[in-house]
Amino acid sequence: MPVPQTFDSATKPTPTPAELFRGFSRVGLSGFGGVLPWARRLLVETEGWLTAEEFNVLLGLCQFLPGPNVVNLAVAVGVRFCGWRGAVAGALGLMLGPFLVALMLGVLYEHYGELPAVQSMLHGITLVGAGLIIATGIRMGLNVKHRRVYLPFAAVAFVGIALLQWPLPTVMLGGAALTIALSWWRLSQDAKA
Amino acid sequence: MMILLELFISFFLVAFVSFGGASAVIPELYRIAVIEHGWMAERTFTELFAIAQAAPGPNVLIVTLIGQQVSGWQGAFFATLGMCLPMSLLVGLLFKHWDKLQHWRGRAAIQLGVAPLAVGLVLASGTLIAHSASPGLIGILLVLVTIVLNLKTKLHPLWLILLGGVLGLSGLV
Repeated sequence: MPVPQTFDSATKPTPTPAELFRGFSRVGLSGFGGVLPWARRLLVETEGWLTAEEFNVLLGLCQFLPGPNVVNLAVAVGVRFCGWRGAVAGALGLMLGPFLVALMLGVLYEHYGELPAVQSMLHGITLVGAGLIIATGIRMGLNVKHRRVYLPFAAVAFVGIALLQWPLPTVMLGGAALTIALSWWRLSQDAKA
Repeated sequence: MMILLELFISFFLVAFVSFGGASAVIPELYRIAVIEHGWMAERTFTELFAIAQAAPGPNVLIVTLIGQQVSGWQGAFFATLGMCLPMSLLVGLLFKHWDKLQHWRGRAAIQLGVAPLAVGLVLASGTLIAHSASPGLIGILLVLVTIVLNLKTKLHPLWLILLGGVLGLSGLV
């Protein structure tokens, strides 16, 4: 692992679309079970395109919006440095390698997916994958602010989707209307106090 | 042609509710692919999930694999594009104004409000995927061990995936 360098904003290099493409293609193929830490390493430590604080602000924007966060991040970084061409270069760099690997695995699956050995292997991986997602959920839950106020909503969303099979868009949009109204109200109470 | 459009539109719509990324909307992807359109059997869906987990890259690859099963590489392309495009466009538009929104109460309210729902969604996704694999006792144990090791140690997830593959092959789970 390279020693993290620090860059101040005066000497920070500005990437071209080609460099964005190459940088993000390394990120895309490095990430198993979460690409974000690799993106941070590239942007802040290896290349020094962003300071840690700039990275956090951009990440905030990407997590604010739904959708694949790391794709959003590649777009945001690309736009910042090179406008829409940078956005295309970053997102394409990030996705192209993994996309091709996934296609290859998909073709292998079409040919060999019926083999009992392949099925038992995938069965084991499914269970680990489920565990990894649950662990991610727990980690996200521990990061929620004002847990006593907000985690009950997580519980309701969980029960609604996992046990009662409520439609996910309804849970998400209906729930968001409710929780955002609540947090808005709490924030205005804080502002008054 | 129709099927490509259908893939694109289906995942385009999912993108708007996928707070927490692709992992949060696996139940919705399942509903679209298995129940609504009947594109694949439940087992195929679960196995594609496993492949996406084992492949390098963002979690959105599950959508790529679904698209490919339905309609080859073009299906993969349009499904992935559908899932990534809406928010990429929004990021591009919002980017310039993001700094100004820093102190807007709505921004903080949305972030605070949406986070717990994303937690519920992600936990539900993991639970439903585990359930769809109908694990035995040792299988459930593997899920729990994965959770603990991932939370408590810095062990690289790839080792856990390898462990799952080996335990699966050996017929233990």
